[in-house]
Amino acid sequence: MPKLTGAQILIESLAREGVEAIFGYPGGVTLPVYDVLYDHPLRHVLVRHEQNAAFAAQGFARATGQAGVCMATSGPGATNLTTGLVDALLDSIPVVAITGQVPQSLIGRDAFQEADTFGISRAATKHNYLVKSVGELAQTIHEAFFIATSGRPGPVLVDITKDVLLDGAAYDPEKRMDPLRGYRLTTAPDEDEVERAVEFLWNAERPYIYAGGGVISSGASEELVRFSELLEAPLAHTLMGIGGMPTGHPNFISMLGMHGSYAANMGITHCDALVGLGVRFDDRVTGRLDKFAPEAKVLHVDIDPAEINKNRRADLGIVGDAKAVLGRLNDRLAATRQTLGRRRRPERLAWLRRIMDLKRDHPFHYEASSQDIKPQHLMESLDRILGGEAAVTVDVGQHQMWAAQYLRFNRPRLWQSSSGLGSMGFGVPAAVGAAVAGRDRPVVAIVGDGGFMMSIPELATIATNQLPVKIIVMNNTTLGMVRQWQELFYQERYSEVAITSFPDASLLAGSFGLSGGSVARPEDLEDALRHAFEEPGPYLLNVQVTPKECVYPMVPAGGAVNEMILQPEARKAEAVAGD
Amino acid sequence: MQQLISLLVENKPGALMRVAGVLTSRGYNIESLTVAKTLDPTLSIMTIVADVGGQGRDLLIKQISRLVNVIKVVDLTDSHAVRRELALIKVVVDGGQRSAVLAEARVFRAKVVDSSPRSFTLEVTGSEQKLDALVSLLHSYGPVEMVRSGTMAMARAKHNKLPVPVYSEAALSDA
Repeated sequence: MPKLTGAQILIESLAREGVEAIFGYPGGVTLPVYDVLYDHPLRHVLVRHEQNAAFAAQGFARATGQAGVCMATSGPGATNLTTGLVDALLDSIPVVAITGQVPQSLIGRDAFQEADTFGISRAATKHNYLVKSVGELAQTIHEAFFIATSGRPGPVLVDITKDVLLDGAAYDPEKRMDPLRGYRLTTAPDEDEVERAVEFLWNAERPYIYAGGGVISSGASEELVRFSELLEAPLAHTLMGIGGMPTGHPNFISMLGMHGSYAANMGITHCDALVGLGVRFDDRVTGRLDKFAPEAKVLHVDIDPAEINKNRRADLGIVGDAKAVLGRLNDRLAATRQTLGRRRRPERLAWLRRIMDLKRDHPFHYEASSQDIKPQHLMESLDRILGGEAAVTVDVGQHQMWAAQYLRFNRPRLWQSSSGLGSMGFGVPAAVGAAVAGRDRPVVAIVGDGGFMMSIPELATIATNQLPVKIIVMNNTTLGMVRQWQELFYQERYSEVAITSFPDASLLAGSFGLSGGSVARPEDLEDALRHAFEEPGPYLLNVQVTPKECVYPMVPAGGAVNEMILQPEARKAEAVAGD
Repeated sequence: MQQLISLLVENKPGALMRVAGVLTSRGYNIESLTVAKTLDPTLSIMTIVADVGGQGRDLLIKQISRLVNVIKVVDLTDSHAVRRELALIKVVVDGGQRSAVLAEARVFRAKVVDSSPRSFTLEVTGSEQKLDALVSLLHSYGPVEMVRSGTMAMARAKHNKLPVPVYSEAALSDA
């Protein structure tokens, strides 16, 4: 068996896991790893800030379903990863983070660039490791990938001391991972529970499907569409569930929750059988919990047993992988229909028609303008170009909600959004990760002016690697979502939300060797967008939109989801200041 | 309310931190926590008493249960379990009261483990209430110092048992 250094074992183990790229930033204690990477075929993408390494790893993971890998040195390198890891934890995204640690002889002595990465990352990860012996390294790396990608996916951090990276050990490239004792996975559903669920669904008059990120991560889109068709039920998705069902499907009623569609929020309020699939009944979805789906019995399917009954009590809970559970439910529903015919068909069709009427009569809506570019107009124009087939990463704020409302998606794993944590600065580095993943699709980062300012360093990564990312800045010269809340709930006292001194996009892009431009007039928008997409390679387009536009519908924090503010005129009614 | 939880965990660095983290990140105060290895030295048993809101109990068990190092968690709060705590109690007492203190110790089946002309150190095991009663009694004789182990608990036969390693020749030789 060959004897390798810890650094070599690390890189060989990553290669064995099928890693296509590491997003990283070198430093003192990771020097041995970078020395191995110097002439190793494994690709390393040098980002310009470690936080963006974690976001780019997520971008890769969200685009492919494989674990994304990021790497940072000890101390500040590791602490800078933290936001990206917590972000991955909240959205259940598989990420493996490798950090260097000071040599064991210096741990606990406040050495240069020493931080308690193991302690700090405890609350930021699904699991974490401190490797203190080179003999454990290969097993630990394989465990990290297994834990990150199995069950409810999430980030795993492996902190490796420098002496381990330098130490040598025999390496067996064929050795399989030893099993984990305390890690239990339930993927296949319990048959009794499936049986009860089928009976529950069989008797439903007004069924409603609420699908989330679990459907995307389990690759259950086909099963989801079939389920909705078998049940003849409308389907709403969460911010994480976008792409689970193609936007154009007749049963599709868009997003639910705080900025969800009228049909989705009214539907959930009046349904009698609510099926939550890979969702967590997040407060941005449910609003006031005691008025959420008040007429419904709930069937909740999730791979994480801790999600069942966490926020909303489930009448039936099934622990399992969404794809496996839906596959079983579909088989049983189809068989039941075959032998017993269709139950409550008139009621079901009347219900579906009622929801589809709401969808038709209350689409997302805005007042067009010939003076200014409205943000919604930008999203509609973008959508015509993208056609539901581009990878789209967004940042956090108003543009994120408008993109979720107005863009179509034909497939899963195209849409990427920091949904649970809501991290500004996510969009551009996530697009870096999506572009490195490639997979023959255009990559567009739609970001606000605030979030873009947090991401400017990554223009260098995009330029260096000639990543074909189109960055569309929806520039309303303000931190729009905070401004919206100040307008609605803080008597228009606009405190610290103006984003002034925004750089000239053409000059900024040019200084990195990239192409870029700006557009401010509605009549020029189409041409500017076409130009951005026709230009080969990366492009930065700054779109100046009207600053005074709010996202509607809106459920005020703590309000019931059927009490939406629909229009600007009614917006002060029953407004409740909250979180 | 006080929740009594018993856990079988892998005896690995960080396992305690992870379990404690689930409690502390929710703002629950840990009243007592004991941990030591089992007959299988790669595994440990923890007993935790924590002040948890009634609604959070099930969720807490599930959230601890999903930790990678945790093999099994049982909630013993409402179940039949043997609960014991050990205390070392030093009472400062001299002269005529010394024999009275020894008599009290006998009533509580406490052992004298150290003696000096001006004090006794007693070792006592029992329920939390028994220990509290003895401490308050001894306090009437003189100043008292105390160290307590925190509660250990073991489910009675057929109740909520952890899959703990059992005594066997193999377990002994492995150890």
